[in-house]
Amino acid sequence: MSDVSARQQSQGDGTRRDFLYYATAGAAIVTTGAAVWPLINSMNPSADVSALAVVNIDLEGVEPGSRITLKWKGKPVFVDHRPKERIAQALADDDAPMPDPEPDAERVQRPEWLVVVGVCTHLGCIPLGQASSDPTGDWLGWFCPCHGSHYDTSGRIRKGPAPRNLDVPPYEFVTDTLVKIG
Amino acid sequence: MSGIPHDHYEPKTGAEKWLHSRLPIVGLIYDTIMIPTPKNLNWWWIWGIVLAFCLVLQIVTGIVLVMHYTPHVDLAFASIEHIMRNVNGGHMIRYIHMNGASLFFVAVYIHIFRGLYYGSYKAPREITWIVGMLIFLMMMGTGFMGYVLPWGQMSFWGATVITGLFGAIPFIGEPIQTWLLGGPAVDNATLNRFFSLHYLLPFVIVALVIVHIWAFHTTGNNNPTGVDVRKGSKEEAEKDTLPFWPYFVIKDFLGLAVVLVIFWAIVGFMPNYLGHPDNYIEANPLVTPAHIVPEWYFLPFYAILRAFTSEVWVVQIASFVTGGIVDAKFFGVLAMFGAIAVMALAPWLDTSRVRSGVYRPQFKWWFLLLVIDFFALMWLGAMPAEEPYASFSLIASAYWFGYFLVILPLLGVIEKPLTPPATIEDDFNAHYGKKAGADANPAE
Amino acid sequence: MFKKLATGAALALALIPGASFAAGGSGHVEDFQFSFEGPFGKFDQNQLQRGLQIYTEVCAACHGLRYVPLRTLGDEGGPGLPEDQVRAYAEENFEVFDAELDDYRPAKPTDNFPVNDGVGAPDLSLMAKARAGFHGPYGSGMNQLFKGMGGAEYIASLLDGYTGKEKEEAGTTFYENTAFPGGWISMAPPLGDEQVEFADGYANDVHHMSQDVAAFLMWTAEPKMMARQTTGFVGVLILSILSVLLYLTNKRLWAPHKGKKTA
Repeated sequence: MSDVSARQQSQGDGTRRDFLYYATAGAAIVTTGAAVWPLINSMNPSADVSALAVVNIDLEGVEPGSRITLKWKGKPVFVDHRPKERIAQALADDDAPMPDPEPDAERVQRPEWLVVVGVCTHLGCIPLGQASSDPTGDWLGWFCPCHGSHYDTSGRIRKGPAPRNLDVPPYEFVTDTLVKIG
Repeated sequence: MSGIPHDHYEPKTGAEKWLHSRLPIVGLIYDTIMIPTPKNLNWWWIWGIVLAFCLVLQIVTGIVLVMHYTPHVDLAFASIEHIMRNVNGGHMIRYIHMNGASLFFVAVYIHIFRGLYYGSYKAPREITWIVGMLIFLMMMGTGFMGYVLPWGQMSFWGATVITGLFGAIPFIGEPIQTWLLGGPAVDNATLNRFFSLHYLLPFVIVALVIVHIWAFHTTGNNNPTGVDVRKGSKEEAEKDTLPFWPYFVIKDFLGLAVVLVIFWAIVGFMPNYLGHPDNYIEANPLVTPAHIVPEWYFLPFYAILRAFTSEVWVVQIASFVTGGIVDAKFFGVLAMFGAIAVMALAPWLDTSRVRSGVYRPQFKWWFLLLVIDFFALMWLGAMPAEEPYASFSLIASAYWFGYFLVILPLLGVIEKPLTPPATIEDDFNAHYGKKAGADANPAE
Repeated sequence: MFKKLATGAALALALIPGASFAAGGSGHVEDFQFSFEGPFGKFDQNQLQRGLQIYTEVCAACHGLRYVPLRTLGDEGGPGLPEDQVRAYAEENFEVFDAELDDYRPAKPTDNFPVNDGVGAPDLSLMAKARAGFHGPYGSGMNQLFKGMGGAEYIASLLDGYTGKEKEEAGTTFYENTAFPGGWISMAPPLGDEQVEFADGYANDVHHMSQDVAAFLMWTAEPKMMARQTTGFVGVLILSILSVLLYLTNKRLWAPHKGKKTA
C-alpha cells in the first residue's frame, strides 16, 4: 500500500479515532499536571516553618504591670499584663479622637492581657516600651523611635505618622495561663 | 542543507512571514519535529526519548532540591533530612532525583549498545557517536559528583577513592589531586566545588545533546537494516520514512510511559534498592566503611580499573618499558579511561562495509559476548578484590579491549556478510507490507 | 535473537546491583513480620507508641534522634499523639539549648529530639535505613519489594540476639550477639523482660519489645513511607492508564502504514 492512500484513509473515519486521541492527550496533560504541581508546592513553606506559625506561651509568673516579648512568624509579639489603671485608661480613651478609632474591648479577649504584634504600622520598626527603662510615649503604651509614633495602653495609635493601631494577632486562651498564638 | 528531502515550513499569513524573515524559529521547530524518520525503527530506538526525558527530569527536580539543600560539611547531611522530612513532597522529589540517575544510566547503556549493534557509529555518523561519548563522560562526572552531595559515608569515601585515581598520574598526580579537592583531603572545599559543577554540567550536557541531535538530523537516523534512506527525491524518501511527529513521538512516548511505570514502582515501593545503606550514615573522615562500592553504573569500569594489578604481565611490561613510570595504579586508571576511549574510536576500528549487525553472522555472536562481558564486569565490580574475581575481571577486561581493538578490525575482513534489503521500504514491507493479518508486533 | 538478549539483559540488570550488598560476613537476621512491609504496608500506630515509650525510657539514655522533629510524633501515619501530648512529651523528657536565650530550656514540639553523643553511641534517626538485613534472593536485593530493606529486622534481631556471654578485651566488655557482624558488640543488652510497662498491658518481653522499638525506628528513618507508597500506587495507576491509551493510539496511528484495515 502506498503512503498516499494510507494517508487518505487515515483522514476518513469517524469519531472513535478522535475520541481515542483526545483521551490520550487528556491523560498526558493530567499526568504532566500531576507531576508539575508537587514541584511548585515544594516551594511553599516547609513543615518546620509552618510549625513555627503557631506559638504556645505560658503566662504563669508574668506579674501585672510587666510586659513580655516573644517571636511569632519572625516578628515580635508584645504581651502586656495590664494592671487596673492601664485598663481603666484604655477604656476611658475609647471615645477620644484618634486616627484609627477602635474600642479597647474589641482589642482584647481578657482585659488584663493585651496581645499585639510589636511592629509599628508606619514603616515596620519595633516600638519601645517593653523594658521598664524604655520610653513609653505620651500615652504610656509604646513609642516608636523611628518617626515618633505614640501608642496607648491598648496599642492604639494616638500621635505620629503611623496609620493604624498595632495589629492584634489571632490567639486563644487554651487555659487561664496558656495562650496559643497563630 | 544536505539530508533527506522533505517539506519545509512555509509562512503563510502576514504575521508568520514577518516573524520568519526576522527569526525563523517556527521553521526550525517544524523541521526538527517533522524530520523524516526511517519507518522501520524498532523498539530499541525509544531510549533517546527516555534519555531526553531523564535530562529534563534531573534538571527540574535538581533545581527544586537546590532550593532546600545546603552545601556545607556541617549542614549537607542534615539539609537532606530536612528535604526528606519537612519540605512538601520533598521525599518524593529526592527519591525521584536519586533513582532518576539510575534510569538515566540504564537508558544510556541500552542506547550505546543499540548503537554498537546496528552500527550507528559508522560513517557518516562519527560526530554523533563522538558527541554521544562526550555526553556519557559528562554524565559520569555529574553522577559521581551528585553522589557526593548527600555527604554520607559512601559519598565521602567514594569521592576519596575516585579522586585518588588522579593521584596515580606520574609526577603531576598529587598536585592535580590536591587541586581537584581544594585541599589535602575531601572536605568542605571539595563539597562546594562538586555542588557547583553538579549544577553546571547538566547544562553543558544540554548543549552537547543539541549538537548530538543536530548531527544525526543532518545525516538522518540510522535504522535496524543500516540501509540509507533514498535521498534522490522527496517522493522516494517518503517511501522509506514517516515524519517524526506524530508517528515516532507517539511511539516513543508509549515506550517512555511503560518505562516510567517501572521507574515509578521502584521510587514508590523500593526507593533505596539501588542505593547503599552506608550513605544514611553521615560522612566521617576517620572511619572507612567495610565495603566501598561505587554506584552500580560505574561498576563495569570500576572492575576494569581494579583488574590490572602488578602481577599482570601487561602491567609488568608497561612498567619495564617506561622505567617504572607506568605502575599498576596508573595502568588501571589508563585502562579505565581507555575502555571508554576504544569505544569512542569504534567508527574507525570497525572495518566492515555492512553497517547493521543484523547482516553480520559472526559479529552477532561477538557482540552478544560483549553484552555478557559488560554485565560480568558489572557483577565483578561489586565483588571483593580477591580470587577468583580478580582473574575473571582480568579476562572480562581483556575481552572488552579485544572486541574493539582486534575483533572489530578483523571481522570486517574475514566475515562474509549477508545482503541487506535494497531499501528501507522493502524491509518494512517484509514485516508488515500487504500481507493480510501480519504480525502486529513491530519489535521484530 | 535480540529479544532473548533483551530478556537476559533485563534479568542480569535486576540481579547485579544488589550484589554490592552481598559481601561481608553479617550475622543472622530474623525475618520478623512487620505491619509496614510490602507495597501496601502500614505502620501500626499502637506499636509505634510502644516503641516511642521504649526509646524514651531505655534507648534515649545513650542514643539521640537528632533528625527527627518532635512535632512529627503527632503526624498522621506516625505515632499520632494528640497535640497536647506531644507538647507534654517534649517538655517532660528533653531539654534543648536555645541560642537566643543562651541557656537550656524544656523542649518544644518545634524542636528536634536532642543530640545525644555523650557515650559515643550512634544516632538512631536513620539507623533502620543505614542497615540492610536482607540481600536476597541471590544477592539481588529484590525481596525489598515485599520485606522492606530489613533494617528494622536487623535492629529487632540485634536487640533480641544476645546470648548472655561476655568477654573483656583491652578494658572493654563485649557481649555476644547473633545478629551483630562479627558476633561481639560493645553495647550491653539494653532490654530486659518487663523493663517497660505499657499502659494497655501489651506483652513486654524482650522479643516483643525489640520489634516495637525496631518499628518505631523504621518510622523515624522513613516517616513518609506510607505517603510515598500511596503516591507510588497512584502514579503507577495513572502511568498504566496512559500507557494503555498510548498503545491504542500508536496502534491506530500506524495501522494504515502497516497494511492493516483501520478500525
